[in-house]
Amino acid sequence: MTNNLTWVEVGPAANIPQQGARTLQTQTDRIAIFRTLDDQIFALLDRCPHKQGPLAQGIVHGHFVTCPLHNMVFSLETGEAQGPDDGCAAKVECKVIDGMVRVGLTELQAGLRHAG
Amino acid sequence: MNHVPANIKAAKSRLIVIGNGMAGMRTVEEILNRAPDKYDITVFGAEPRVNYNRIMLSPLLSGEKNFDEIVINTPEWYRENNIHLYSGDPVVEIDRIRKVVISKSGTETEYDRLLLATGSDPIIIPVPGHKLSGVVTFRDVDDVDVMLGAAAKGGPAVVIGGGLLGLEAAVGLQARGMDVTVLHLAGHVMERQLDPSAGYLLAQELERRGITVITEADTAEIVGTETVTGVRLKDGRMIPADLVVMAVGIRPNGRLAADTGIAVERGIVVDDVMTTSDPAIFAVGECVQHRGQCYGLVAPLFEMAKSCADHLTEIETDGYAGSVTSTKLKVTGVDVFSAGDFSGGGNTEEIVFRDAGRGVYKRIVLEDGKIKGAVLYGDTTDGGWYFQLMKDGQDVTELRDTLAFGQAFAGGSAGNPLDAVAALPDDAEICGCNGVCKGSIVSAITEKGLTTLDEVKGHTKASASCGSCAGLVENLLAATLGGEYQAATVKPICTCTDHDHDSVRRLIIAKGLKSMPAIMQELEWKSSDGCHVCRPALNYYLLAAWPGEYVDHGASRFINERVHANIQKDGTYSVVPRMWGGLTNPRELRAIADVADKFDIPTVKVTGGQRIDLLGVKKEDLPAVWADLNAAGMVSGHAYGKSLRTVKTCVGQEWCRFGTQMSMSMGVELEKMTWGSWMPHKFKMAVSGCPRNCAEATIKDFGVVATDGGWDLHVGGNGGIHVRATELLCKVTTDEEVKEYCGAFIQLYREEARYLERTAPWIERVGLKHVQERVVDDAENRKALFDRFMISQQTAQKDPWAERASEGVDAHEFKPLSMVAAE
Repeated sequence: MTNNLTWVEVGPAANIPQQGARTLQTQTDRIAIFRTLDDQIFALLDRCPHKQGPLAQGIVHGHFVTCPLHNMVFSLETGEAQGPDDGCAAKVECKVIDGMVRVGLTELQAGLRHAG
Repeated sequence: MNHVPANIKAAKSRLIVIGNGMAGMRTVEEILNRAPDKYDITVFGAEPRVNYNRIMLSPLLSGEKNFDEIVINTPEWYRENNIHLYSGDPVVEIDRIRKVVISKSGTETEYDRLLLATGSDPIIIPVPGHKLSGVVTFRDVDDVDVMLGAAAKGGPAVVIGGGLLGLEAAVGLQARGMDVTVLHLAGHVMERQLDPSAGYLLAQELERRGITVITEADTAEIVGTETVTGVRLKDGRMIPADLVVMAVGIRPNGRLAADTGIAVERGIVVDDVMTTSDPAIFAVGECVQHRGQCYGLVAPLFEMAKSCADHLTEIETDGYAGSVTSTKLKVTGVDVFSAGDFSGGGNTEEIVFRDAGRGVYKRIVLEDGKIKGAVLYGDTTDGGWYFQLMKDGQDVTELRDTLAFGQAFAGGSAGNPLDAVAALPDDAEICGCNGVCKGSIVSAITEKGLTTLDEVKGHTKASASCGSCAGLVENLLAATLGGEYQAATVKPICTCTDHDHDSVRRLIIAKGLKSMPAIMQELEWKSSDGCHVCRPALNYYLLAAWPGEYVDHGASRFINERVHANIQKDGTYSVVPRMWGGLTNPRELRAIADVADKFDIPTVKVTGGQRIDLLGVKKEDLPAVWADLNAAGMVSGHAYGKSLRTVKTCVGQEWCRFGTQMSMSMGVELEKMTWGSWMPHKFKMAVSGCPRNCAEATIKDFGVVATDGGWDLHVGGNGGIHVRATELLCKVTTDEEVKEYCGAFIQLYREEARYLERTAPWIERVGLKHVQERVVDDAENRKALFDRFMISQQTAQKDPWAERASEGVDAHEFKPLSMVAAE
């Protein structure tokens, strides 16, 4: 699937607050784009696998985010839930080129093909 | 003149102890352990307080401990053991013929046995100016109070004396924000405990911390007219100072003994069972001279206490044979250890190990295959081991090649601390401060069924003083109890740190930590930037400690406090505007109705706190919703915050035929005074206009109930899982008093409670009396608390909605990103 990604630019990394996140609405869902204290950028679907909590609203620490609804902690690198909890938040491809954040969307997310 | 008659009904001998310090009380404890009913004990102390751990004055100065933590024996302990304590009433005369002591207040008390534990006096160099105000020694809690008073103003300080005590004073004052210069007569600091190399490393570390060290500095004069302004050296240099601490040494205090004709040389002369030249009089501690030696460290005092107690309870004893001592500097982050004679030369050999990268220096001096002395800097883990080998006089020839690498290497125990502690012999010393060996700890654990570090401390005193052997004691517990032992003494805030809430709060103030990175660096956080548990707590502690100065860190707040609305289970938000005292009007209600229509808000609900909740607002709409509510004069109700929530009121005397006071206007005034204040947890108030209490004020954090003559103030109630009714704080008469007590109570809660601790569990933990002592009984403290609250309110009372609706604060929060380009 990775080879069919559509890369979109969403502006400079500096527009995302350190230890914070912003969201990007796609055709099918919402993506949370995080910036950590060491200025790395990560992206997950903005939906906790537990009760669909908006991960972009969570507290960002190290390369982790804590879901605001029930405090589950997810790795920003892999999306895996940490500690005793099971579950995995969906990872979204992203990269920074010349300070600009690019996100890799699937064809559905990019609206190139309609669902169903 | 008072006369206390002999206790005629008791067959017990009467023991009087002069000196309520560590040596005297340790002897009393040892006596009680051996023969609790043998003596009728009376203690005279010069200081007006219970006895405390004098070697903990340094952490007290630096703020790492508070007074309660360094108390050894509480007033209850004296009562439980039937000890009569006269504190603040020193003995001024001993009449050996009549066997009575006479105290300053004139009380005469008879004795059968008398124990002198008068300690030592700090040496004051009689240079000109040594009596100026601002010149202190570093010997008791009163000295620390003077030093703290000076440190509160900042400015320059000079410490005369670069020995153990002087350096601890210097580090403490520097941590409290003073510019400190240490003047030391010898060529390097701590020359009696350290060799020049270790002294150099230590001086470098002190300089790195911002302390100036001047060696070979000979003080000529302390300058000033009434108050000290500086210190002039013999070479003419002038060093400015608002505070001068003299820490050049101590001198045994044998005055009382000498006055009564007992043999005193440098100290009170005693034999091996601590008897003075008068067979009914004994002496222990820093005041004595034993086999020509005087001691200024704690370990020898405790050894003396044991021998003396053996003798006084008629237990066969070998007596005290003198002490071999070791020293440790009690400065956080600086590890220095020394023991024995490390001067070298003669027939001695040396093993030296240096690791410049880690800042480690070890020097072990050998003579005839045995350790004669050791100096360790930077890594003192093996200090106890070298010390033990030295005291045992063990031949270390076979260990020689690897001696410098320490016990783990030599013992082949591969560094497993449990194996290492299990391998120690029974007479190995675990606690150097209190002279407790492994055997006594293990037998206390097995015989008394001890399972925690605190119990071991209580029964054996091991690790009860400086605490540096606490890890060893825990290992002993684990090795003795096996799987039954569970270590848990302090509960750290989270896995990012070993500190608990209280120590972090104290260190923020003591070390002047003003940012989150500063806390994490100084207190050695184990994660790069904390986690969702510690960051919100630290953010609150910083806000509370430095009002108006610390800038709130949004990324460390839970989403509700970051966007000033309550997140709901579907990711939308709820919005609750403030209704002062539960009052509203048509204009506000119209505005709320219009907002609900305009933004398609699906649910409008009346809350339990007498206001209106708009539920289901989309995050992007929040600023516009707030703008409309602001336009109608409404501000944030902080329904989402660890902060002042609502002030619920009944209609009171304004309308009610039973009302005795104006509860609505009181509620409005209280809410206007307290809104916007951040707290450890949510905080609710209520005001009822008569004792029927329709506003349910007795399940609030602060509840006000009107009576005929005034107001009853209640605290510490809440609803929720564990319903708790309030306790009565006090009764007041005027409206102004209600406000002052309210502000003072809130400030005490803000300063003392742990983050996420509501007033109910806080009060259960500290006790209502603790709160009453600070808020009710002490008018000056109440005023000070209230003033601090109002100062923090000056910067806290800013409507967060207005800032976001019209001033563009945190705009990124409310606007999603958009795709600016695609390829």
